[in-house]
Amino acid sequence: MPEDNRFHLSIGSRFENIELVQVVLKDALERMGMGEDTLHWVDVAVREAVANAIKHGNELDPAKQVQVDLALEGEDVVVIKVLDQGVGFDPSHLHDPLAPENLLKPSGRGIFYMKSFMDEIHYGPGPDGGGTLVTLRKRLGGPKDPTA
Amino acid sequence: MKVTTRVKDGVTILDLKGKITIGLGDIALRNAVQEAINGGAKHVLINLKEVSTIDSSGVGELVSAYTTATNRGVKLKLTSLPDKVSDILHITQLITVFDVYDTEDEALKSYAA
Repeated sequence: MPEDNRFHLSIGSRFENIELVQVVLKDALERMGMGEDTLHWVDVAVREAVANAIKHGNELDPAKQVQVDLALEGEDVVVIKVLDQGVGFDPSHLHDPLAPENLLKPSGRGIFYMKSFMDEIHYGPGPDGGGTLVTLRKRLGGPKDPTA
Repeated sequence: MKVTTRVKDGVTILDLKGKITIGLGDIALRNAVQEAINGGAKHVLINLKEVSTIDSSGVGELVSAYTTATNRGVKLKLTSLPDKVSDILHITQLITVFDVYDTEDEALKSYAA
């Protein structure tokens, strides 16, 4: 059974704080035994989730916090939760980044990457009904080739 | 991220090193490409060999660089993509949009052709 390295982080809404999340996340996932390739893609997915929380959720207000939690579900599913203090988010308004008319748009790929690299992602309101809570799941032993 | 600009065989080469990510590397990339184009470069080659991580903002900046360059008659190409950068461009089908070369020499020859 992998070592349990759950953590909770609360960061101000500044992009440079994403690096702090990455350092703590990488250390925890390495201790849990996640392989290098899988860890890289989880790292990218969490980076996207935290960046969205800072930019779109908290609208770059450094006084607003982004909460990041990591825990194990069962013996081998890593669950990462990212919560912002924004007004909420409706994922039905997202466009398809692979559609020809969107291919050369400079934005709109973050959630697509999250879906590609994780086994499961879920969007919803936070536990008290406010903000946006993104839940990302990944099996520890389940490397996923994003190009497959 | 660090950007070093050099000129070889009439091609402005941007050597990128580090992370092209939101709020940091993406802006450095944008500024370097703008500077090259505003300086009159007609051939721009982005060398991604030393890039460790790229996120959606970094990818967006590459797309913006490509469209800006094309609109201004500048040929912008990519070379030496690490596997994980290549994977990121593949899954969003952008690898088909960019002119990508395995090595710098191959890219330089393509400008001369």
